[in-house]
Formats: sequence, C-alpha cells, structure tokens
Amino acid sequence: GLLLVLPGLATIPSTSVEGQFPLATFPTSAGERHTAVIVFLSTFTVDILLKAVGDTPIMKTKKWAVERTRTIQGLIDFIRKFLKLMASEQLFIYVNQSFAPSPDQEVGTLYECFGSDGKLVLHYCKSQAWG
Amino acid sequence: MTDDKDVLRDVWFGRIPTCFTLCQDEITEREAEPYYNFPEKDLLHCPSKDAIEAHFMSCMKEADALKHKSQVINEMQKKDHKQLWMGLQNDRFDQFWAINRKLMEYPAEESGFRYIPFRIYQTTTERPFIQKLFRPVAADGQLHTLGDLLKEVCPSAIAPEDGGKKNQVMIHGIEPMLETPLQWLSEHLSYPDNFLHISIIPQPTD
Repeated sequence: GLLLVLPGLATIPSTSVEGQFPLATFPTSAGERHTAVIVFLSTFTVDILLKAVGDTPIMKTKKWAVERTRTIQGLIDFIRKFLKLMASEQLFIYVNQSFAPSPDQEVGTLYECFGSDGKLVLHYCKSQAWG
Repeated sequence: MTDDKDVLRDVWFGRIPTCFTLCQDEITEREAEPYYNFPEKDLLHCPSKDAIEAHFMSCMKEADALKHKSQVINEMQKKDHKQLWMGLQNDRFDQFWAINRKLMEYPAEESGFRYIPFRIYQTTTERPFIQKLFRPVAADGQLHTLGDLLKEVCPSAIAPEDGGKKNQVMIHGIEPMLETPLQWLSEHLSYPDNFLHISIIPQPTD
C-alpha cells in the first residue's frame, strides 16, 4: 500500500521515492503540483513535528505530513526505518514531554486532543525519557 | 467529587450485576493458539511487567493531561505513582483510591474536569477507537450527559440509520442511562487508567 509519510510541505519532492507519496498522478508543473498536493493532503493528513531527545539521532526533516489514520505504532515503525535502528533498539514516542501514547492510537486522534498551532509536537527517544 | 465509595468498590470488585451469554461465534472447541504465534498485529505485546506498568502510567498521564493539564499527576511524587500501580497490581482498593481520588478532584469553582477522558469502541468498524476533546459542562452551564457525548462524537451509536440495528452502550458490562451526567460517570465508572471505555455493541436480536 501507499506509505503516506511526507516531509514538510515546503519541500515537495518532484520524484517519487520510497517513503513518499508517488506524485506521478498530479499536475506536472511544480507550482500546480505544490498547490494540489497541499489541498489534497490537508484533508487527510496532519502536520507532525518530530524532536529527538538525548542521544537519539536527529532527523534532518523535522516536520512531516502524516495520514490521520496511521497508528502510533505505524509512525514508530517509520521512524525506526528512517533512523535505520537495529531490531534490538527500542524507540519511544512522547506527547507533551510527558506520556507515551498507545501504539494503537491514530495520529489524527492524538492531533485533535493534543495538537496546537496546527501541528502536533512529538518527542522520540531510544530509551524511556519520561514516565 | 468522588464521594460514592460504594459505587467505586462495586466497580473495582466487579460486583455489577450482569448477565450475558456467549455469541455462537465466540464458542470454540479449537485449541488455543500456541504462544509462539502471538498475534503481534492484533494485540499489544508487552515484553515485561515493566512494559505493562509503563503503559498503564502513560494512560493515567494522558487522562490527567485531559482532566487537569497534567497538573495533578505531575505534582505527585514517584512513590504515589508506584502506589497507584501496586494498588492495581495487587487488587488493593484502598491503596489505589487513596491516590486516585486526587486525580478525580477539580477546582471548586468548576463543575468538572477540563475534558473527559473517554474512548469509544465500535464492533462495526476496524478503526481503533474514537477519542476527542469533550467538556463535561455545556456553554450554558448544563451538565453534559452520556447521550450528549454520543450525539456529538458518535451519532450512529444512538440513532442508527434506517433499517440499522439498535445499539447497546456499555461501560463495565452495563448500560448506563444516556441521561447520566458524564462528569459523574468519569468519576465513578472510569477504569483504573482513568479513561471511560465505552463499547457500542449491536443489540442482540433474541
């Protein structure tokens, strides 16, 4: 299936790469494509800001558009893959620098309850940072 | 305030009068799946008891983030958090509630929590659960009821589409009246993780 985790909308890639939405079906001019993508995405994605804690590797792209129905476990799997973590390494995600959301919780739900200023800030860490 | 200790005790010890029969699909003579086939996709696999404790505490913290902007849980000491977990783990009502009651308080000038921690589960959808921000008191000062909540966040539960089956709204295996104030339910029928877990189940036909 489609893996709908996208980098910040300011930098929509022109080619389809693994982990990004294939853009072949969208209008071809860069400007049009940009607009179409933003309108299209905002209906079913939310903006997420990912911040590393401690010695956990940072991600160059911090802001991501993530589909609302993706689960926290799905997001954890994505970050693990992105950071090329080994199977033995753990990854924890925190909201409000306080609690780890349920793995079966949807990102859209979390955004509606704990998002602010149009985005949801999540901290990620290789060890238990809070709680 | 959580003052009705008898209700809390009955909930804790599962002394809620219920009667249920297993649906035909639930009766199976098949052997239980061997443990090495753990259904990772369907169930949360807790590698250790510590993982369960961490998950439980996270749920409590999330609930308090909704109820009190995390103020109450953050003001507690580490030993209070431990007492909540030990009380639950060892089935000690008084040990658990000595601390949990603080999480059930709210400022005297308010009529309830900031938001009610709830999750609604539906048998008819694959989606995990519904959770939204919902205040216990309406803008006009009226207490919101269980019915108000469902009307707002899950209307199909109480008004099924034409021809659709009627639903049961279950908490702890019973059907609370839809007129029950949500704040009261949150204080008395929340699960130990401080969430109201509400199940929407199609009414059995017989």
